This record gives sequence, C-alpha cells and structure tokens, in this order.
Amino acid sequence: MERVDIHPTHQHGQFKLRVGRPLPFGATLVPGGVNFSIFSSVATGCILVLFERHALQPMAEIPFPDEFRIGNVFAMIVFGLDYENIEYGYRIDGPYDPPAGHWCNPSQIVMDPYAKVIGGRDVWGKTPNWDDPYPHRARLAFDDFDWENDRPLEIPPEDQIIYEMHVRSFTRHPSAGVKHPGTFAGIIEKIPYLKELGITSIELMPIYEFDEFENSRPSPVTGETLYNYWGYSTVGFFAPKAGYAATGKFGMQVDEVKNLIKQLHKHGIEVILDVVFNHTAEGNEKGPVISFRGIDNKTYYMLTPEGYYFNFSGCGNTLNCNNPIVRNIVLDCLRYWAAEYHIDGFRFDLASILGRDPWGAPLANPPLLESLAFDPILAHCKLIAEAWDAGGLYQVGTFPAFGRWAEWNGKYRDTVRRFLKGDGGMVGDMAQRLQGSPDLYARAGRGPATSINFITAHDGFTLYDLVSYNVKHNEANGENNNDGSNDNESWNCGVEGETDDPGIIALRQRQMRNAIAMLLVSQGVPMILMGDEVGRTQYGNNNTYCHDNELNWLDWNLLQKNADLFQFVKHCIAFRRAHPVLRHREHFRNHDYMGSGYPDISWHGTQAWHADWSASSRTLAFMLCGKHAKNGSTPDDFIYVAMNMYWEALWFELPRLPVGLQWHVFANTGVAAPGDSCKPGQEPPLADQKGLLLGDRSVTILIGR
Amino acid sequence: MDITIKATQGITIAAISGDVDGSTAASLQEQILPLAQTGSKILLDMTHVPYMSSAGLRMLLSLYRKATSVDGKLVLVGLSEEILDTMSITGFLDFFTTCDTVDAGIAALQ
Repeated sequence: MERVDIHPTHQHGQFKLRVGRPLPFGATLVPGGVNFSIFSSVATGCILVLFERHALQPMAEIPFPDEFRIGNVFAMIVFGLDYENIEYGYRIDGPYDPPAGHWCNPSQIVMDPYAKVIGGRDVWGKTPNWDDPYPHRARLAFDDFDWENDRPLEIPPEDQIIYEMHVRSFTRHPSAGVKHPGTFAGIIEKIPYLKELGITSIELMPIYEFDEFENSRPSPVTGETLYNYWGYSTVGFFAPKAGYAATGKFGMQVDEVKNLIKQLHKHGIEVILDVVFNHTAEGNEKGPVISFRGIDNKTYYMLTPEGYYFNFSGCGNTLNCNNPIVRNIVLDCLRYWAAEYHIDGFRFDLASILGRDPWGAPLANPPLLESLAFDPILAHCKLIAEAWDAGGLYQVGTFPAFGRWAEWNGKYRDTVRRFLKGDGGMVGDMAQRLQGSPDLYARAGRGPATSINFITAHDGFTLYDLVSYNVKHNEANGENNNDGSNDNESWNCGVEGETDDPGIIALRQRQMRNAIAMLLVSQGVPMILMGDEVGRTQYGNNNTYCHDNELNWLDWNLLQKNADLFQFVKHCIAFRRAHPVLRHREHFRNHDYMGSGYPDISWHGTQAWHADWSASSRTLAFMLCGKHAKNGSTPDDFIYVAMNMYWEALWFELPRLPVGLQWHVFANTGVAAPGDSCKPGQEPPLADQKGLLLGDRSVTILIGR
Repeated sequence: MDITIKATQGITIAAISGDVDGSTAASLQEQILPLAQTGSKILLDMTHVPYMSSAGLRMLLSLYRKATSVDGKLVLVGLSEEILDTMSITGFLDFFTTCDTVDAGIAALQ
C-alpha cells in the first residue's frame, strides 16, 4: 500500500515540500526526497540553503514554515532533489550576542553538524577559494554499501596488536609505489605488508573531515606550506576526510573508506579510529564560524561567564560533552561509524575532557562515558581513552571505565623509556608495566588489556629518534622549538642525531630491539607506531603535526635499509601471537594455581629466583609458566625474559625447567642480526641450560619446551 | 545519454553512450533492470561512457543483484581506465565480470 506521507503538501518555488521527521537529525534520503532535520535551542528561524555542487551561489533558499518546527527541531522533506549534485547548509536566525554566548547570524551559511559527506576540501592540499561563502559543504550520503557478510571482527582485546597510522603518511612517499599515494586506497595496496608484519589492528589518526588549511602558513625554514597535517581538529564528525580519498574528487570517499575496511576485515585486520571530540575546528572567538558556533554556541561549547571559550583542549575551544544534546551527537556519531562503517574501536583523543561538566570540573560518573560503555550498538567496540587532557587532568589508572574503557598507558611509556636508557630505581615499576600494570588497574577489577602499552606514538619521538636524540629539534615547525614535549626520557647513545660511529649505530639498533622486545612480551595490548618497525626518523622533531613532507611520510626504502630490524619486529609479533601466555585476560595471581610446581609468573635476576629490586639495579628477568596461560585454559610453553640494561655484560642464572623440558633461544638482542631472533617454532636449544651471558644493554627471550 | 538494446546469440547487449550520473542513472535503470529475467545473459557495452558517477555505479550493482537473484549473468564491457579504477577503489569492481571487447564479453557469457 502506498504511504500517504510521500506526497508534498507545500511548495516553495520549484520545490515541493512536506513537514519532515525530526529524527534522525541530519539529511536522510526518504522515498522521493530528502528529510532535513536540524536542532537549535536558540534559533527563531531557519532557512535551508541549497547549492548545486561547487556553485558559489545558492540555487535555492527555502525557509522552514513555522508548522515544520517541533520543539527546537526544524524538519522538512524536500522532494525531487538530485542527491549527487546537492550541497546544503542553513541560515540560522536568532540572537547574536557573543558576551552572552550567542552567535546566530543569518548572513552566514552554517554546516549541518550531522553532515555525512563534506565537500570543499575534496582534493588534499588544493588551494581553496577563499571567497567561497560556504567553504565546508554538507552533502548527502547514500549509505547503501554492499558489505556482503562483513562485520566488525571482535578480536579479543588481549589478542590485539595495534599499529598507529596516519593515512596520508603511510603511502604518500614516492617509495611506497602505490597507484594512489596518501589515500585510503593506498592502504589497501599495502595490506600484504601489514599481514606480513603481523599486527591485528590499525589505529588511524583522525579521518573525520578536517581542514588541512586551518592555520596553514609558510615554513620559516623552507618556505613550503605548513598544514594542519595530523588532523586533530574536526570540521564534521560524521564525514570521512575527502582529501584522504583517491575518489574524493568524485565525492565517493564514503565508499572508498568502507571498501578499505571491508578489505582489511577480509584479511583479519581491525580498524580503530582516533576520534577527537574534545574540540572542533572553529577554535576560539577569533576562529571561523563553520557549524556549531552559528547554530547553538552555548549548547555545543564550554563558555566562561563572559562568553569566552574554555580551552581544556589546548586548541581554542572545548566541546561541551556532558550537555545532553552534545552527548547525543557523540553517541549518534559513534553508532553511525560502528554500524555504517563497521569500525572495530575508537581511541578518544584527550578523553578526560569527556568527563568534565559544563563548567570544566571533572565528574565522578560522567554520563557520556557511561552511555558509551553501555551502548547496545557499541557493545563490542573497543573504547580506548587517552586518559588526560590539556587542562591538567591526568587519569591514567583512574579514568572512569565502567568496566569497558581501556587506556593509553602513559606510565608504561615513561617507565619503559627510563628503564631502557639505563635509569636506576626503575625495576619495581618495570615489573608492574610488564604485568599489564596491575598497580593501576587491578584494584578496580580492570584486566591487563585495559593497558594499551606503547613506547612511542604520533606525539613525541619515533623509536629511532628516541635512541638518537636527547632533546627535541622542532625548528621546522616555526615555533622556535617551543612546541612539543620536553619530557622525552630519550637517550642518544652518545651523539646527538646522525653519526658514522659504528659502536653508536650498533647500540641504537640494539636499543630499538630492546624496546620492541619489552613491548611485545608485556601483558596488555602493544601499540606500535607506524614505521618504527623499519627505524623511521623525524630527525629529532617530536611534534610533526604540520608537515606534509618526509618528516612524516613513511620512507619505504627503509624496509631494505633496516631489513634486519623489520625481521626482528616481525618475529617478536609472531612470537606474541604464538604464545597465549603473553596474552592473559586476567592479572597474574603470583602463585601456582595449576599445580605445575611453578607460579604463573616468577621474578628473577642474575640469580634465578632472586630479582634485584634495589635502586641501583638495572636488570630484571621473569618467567611465565605456560600451564597457567589464559588461566590454564590454553596450555603453552614456559617463557623466560631477561633484561640487562646495565652497561656491562652479566651472567644470568636460569630457573630450572621441569624434567624433559629445555630452554631454547627465541631472541637475544646482544647478538648481531640475523642471529638476534628466529622464526617462532624454530628456536634452537640453549647450549648451557644453567645460564647465559647477556650482553650489556640487551634483552633475551627464551622458551622452555 | 543513449541506450540501444539488441539480442544476439541468446545474449542481450545494451550499449550505453554518454555520461551516467545522478541525472541519467534513474532512467537508465528503468530501461535496464527489466532485462534481468530468469537465466538471462546481459552484456553492458560501456565503451562510449566517459564518466560514471556514484549513482551510475549503484545502478550497475542493482542490476547485478537483480540478475544474479534470477540466475542471470552480467558482463561489463569496455570500461574506461578511470571508471575501472574508481570501481576498484570503492569495491564495486569485485562484483563484476569485465571484458575489453564485445566479442570477449559474448565469449565470457557463453
């Protein structure tokens, strides 16, 4: 039977109209037309502005008749629109009084916060028309991608190995050799590489539409344009970055992203999005009016009593996340990406902001975080918090988790870096980090996989730079080296930057391997920064947010140059995947509950069964009993790891294995490549089963079977 | 945009010429979808289609879905390099058999 509501009741010029449905917000394709719905608590009137694609002037402006408003929502169906060629925006009539927090101005066209496709920056780096009256343009999405049988992979959290990646940087370098460099399509061509490396999940730095020209400026050093390259500044939460899509010029970025995800899923690789809900690209009162500010400034942003923007993000404004309206848009956004894009998880940039009340005070039980934790659609999505913000809130270990949230473990990074460079007094802390940081998480009943373990991430030094520079070298950013962290816990191994000294080069190679080995035998979830597996350098720059050049691009020539390192990383990943004892779901109990004669984990030093916990100690060893793997459900081998961060070689006495088992050597970073590691399953037996001489600043991993 | 439809050797050959986009895809779909009958073999000759938008690709996928649901077969012929590339990147290509020439298309359907 034909529905009666597919017939127009109103007309405006050539356009036939009907009262719309208030939900869902945004523009939705309905039979014969498009349903436009937008909320504003302050608007006294609203006009839908329609453009033909790329046209500077609107083709129509259709005021919402009074009877099309329900509550604070304007909703209208417009019939007969060509969905591919329409761009739409709104003029919002209402109070303009910035000190009182109101920024409505019907002379400006504002973008729908629910825009699913955004035009205006269709091709990366193409200079925009600065006179465009509507620079970021909402478009319509068809959302009919043929997923066939795909769905999110739901890899158990403790089995993940995350690879943090910037979409453009991954394949933009000419050496990548892909057909469409720097795009989502480029990543598809590199799936075999990701498979070979062995990671389970890629975490994409922001892919929501952003404006690479935000704060763009010439470099004082080279004159080339500096961009908002990383993209931590959202223009629209529902739209993928068009400039990252080879098909962005055809407006097909939605399909391109979905196809990337489908192809990755086919190869067993999850996709986690780095999402930025703490602020938007509108900046402070000097920033542009793009969307939220001109629609309902007071609802969307945290404002001081004088109408200025609170700046807990360090980026100009702060999204008012615990306002019920804003909470809903965040929830709608994540549900959309989970359901429509099959996203496997989300990493929340400066997530502590999401736990602040509208005046900035931290909440004990933030409703937004609770809503996300218990949401039915997000139920199997990974939720990962960057558990701090730029306003001084640091919540590693105390982030309101509701049994669901994992955290970027900043303490893991700091402890491992200090232990790695040979600081004393780190052994006790290190023992906690290796176990999945039970000191931070166990009391609250949170398991090891709560801890996203990382030594390097996009913020800060790459692994190569961590062992090659004592201090940051950010001159190329044009901020007099004042930007970026000063707290790097790095060590250059003797010379700052590049050197010909073979001893220093060898030590750096060893230190990188030591870091990788520690990361991949730690309980919790390891995260590797793109390129660290081949020794990528940023030449000491620890904050490359603005560089569309070789400071960020992955140079694929490194794969040959540092083939040995790549092999070592690959082996360590394969080793982790082969051994469930490295991937416990629950914390160790520190005793023998399986009757194996060995506790689940035991601590050792140069003497077996006697770890040196003193302040001067720079050695630590531990043994995992395979009978206890995954609570005894998945029998595994014994694993013994010895770490000698002392500057001289030391003899490590080995704990004795049960009769019939022997120690075999999987890795020893004190041995030159290719002898530094072997393919898991092919470990040769250790000549002397009683002990081994471990070189200075070296790590060995043994397997008992 | 024009379409000519003829039948030969038990195969329906539909030759399209001109751009297929939001303004032409709907009418094209109306003419092409009825070709998908039980067991029908359809060859779409797109040698003279310079540009195909997202709406055009969706029309092709609808046709494919309809044809395969009634045990029919569909072959696309003469896709331009750019259309092929776009289809590959966005995943549409995975569904289709493609050939360079009409003769090769006929052979693939027999």
